[in-house]
Amino acid sequence: MNRIDTRGMSCPQPVLMTKKALDKNPEGLEILVDNNTAKGNVERFLKSSGYTTKITEDGEDFILEAKK
Amino acid sequence: MKGKKGIILAGGAVGLISVILGYYGNPGNMGYCIACFLRDIAGALGLHRAGVVQYIRPEIIGLVLGAFLISLKNKEFESRGGSAPFMRFMLGMVVMIGALVFLGCPLRMVLRIGAGDLNAIVGLAGFLAGILVGVRFLNKGFNLKRNYKMPKIEGYIFPVVNVGWFILLITAPAFIFFSETGPGSQAAPILMSLAAGLIVGVLAQKTRLCMVGGSRDMMLFKDNYLLLGFISIIVVSFIGNISLGFFNLGFAGQPVAHTDGLWNFLGMAVVGWGSVLLGGCPLRQLILSGEGNTDSVVSVMGMIVGAAIAHNFGLASSPAGATLNGKVSVIIIFVFLAIISYFNSDDLAKTNI
Repeated sequence: MNRIDTRGMSCPQPVLMTKKALDKNPEGLEILVDNNTAKGNVERFLKSSGYTTKITEDGEDFILEAKK
Repeated sequence: MKGKKGIILAGGAVGLISVILGYYGNPGNMGYCIACFLRDIAGALGLHRAGVVQYIRPEIIGLVLGAFLISLKNKEFESRGGSAPFMRFMLGMVVMIGALVFLGCPLRMVLRIGAGDLNAIVGLAGFLAGILVGVRFLNKGFNLKRNYKMPKIEGYIFPVVNVGWFILLITAPAFIFFSETGPGSQAAPILMSLAAGLIVGVLAQKTRLCMVGGSRDMMLFKDNYLLLGFISIIVVSFIGNISLGFFNLGFAGQPVAHTDGLWNFLGMAVVGWGSVLLGGCPLRQLILSGEGNTDSVVSVMGMIVGAAIAHNFGLASSPAGATLNGKVSVIIIFVFLAIISYFNSDDLAKTNI
């Protein structure tokens, strides 16, 4: 699965990057985020775009796994 | 306090407390105004000498410390910085100048709308136009590059500075300026203002309330979460103003406002566009500053310097209207924003990557 790294980017960049990457890989995506705000925003965007999201903690970061 | 209920409640609290602050002495339709209050602090510190707008506003201190304490408690405090600091400083500066041409930050614009000030509707049109332009650049890949983890102490400095401001307010040494007339002399009691800041600082940190984020996220993603907070402030302040008899529909005779429509529009267009590039309105920058984001601290410092320049150079409007210097500065700022927007958009300026 393709992965994008949004660590260090401030909002709305993580959501914008997710949107762009999903346009290229509509079947699914892994998104690496490093703060709660970005996690919440990306999760909400994925939900409204019809994806199911699995979140796992990776040290201080989070991996959001989006599937159709 | 998760989800839409939370943001509606937070917006409602802002609207309600604003009206209360006005009732207990803050200037008209100025329960909260991040731009005006930072400008007052700049004046109190002697960075500008406009005698009618000098006061260390406890609301600002409360907002920063409220966000600081709640983010510590929820383990969301994190020292981060290093994302294009000088561009952020300059953007903070121009956002402040735009706000002082209009006479209010986006939060005060919303409060003015809730009090029936129709000039603020003109400002809102400009604000939305500015956001629209900013969003177009976001879609072309605009970004200010990533931030990095900083030493913990980096994030603690700004909250400590705010404690220092509070000590200066209480002890009132001779080198701090306090207005004796004008808006700077009108203020709710210190502890009430501080509490008002703390409460909204906590709520805004938890909900990420942002005046520019609402319209931006609607345009970008059709996401109405933040917009609900924006609307909630208008509705509750409208009800509050009606019940206390502060509501006054019209253009003329509004408190701390002018009727120069074109410059109300263009001033807020600067604020909308600049705030989208910064990633949040002045309120949001303050809240992020409390959470350890020193890029936002740099933006706030830019706003304080911008306020000093705006009054020293005669750029700020008065109830009589916009000044010639203010109009010229807005034109220059549009050129500046266009250059910054173009050269930071990955799809436009290929050399940026």
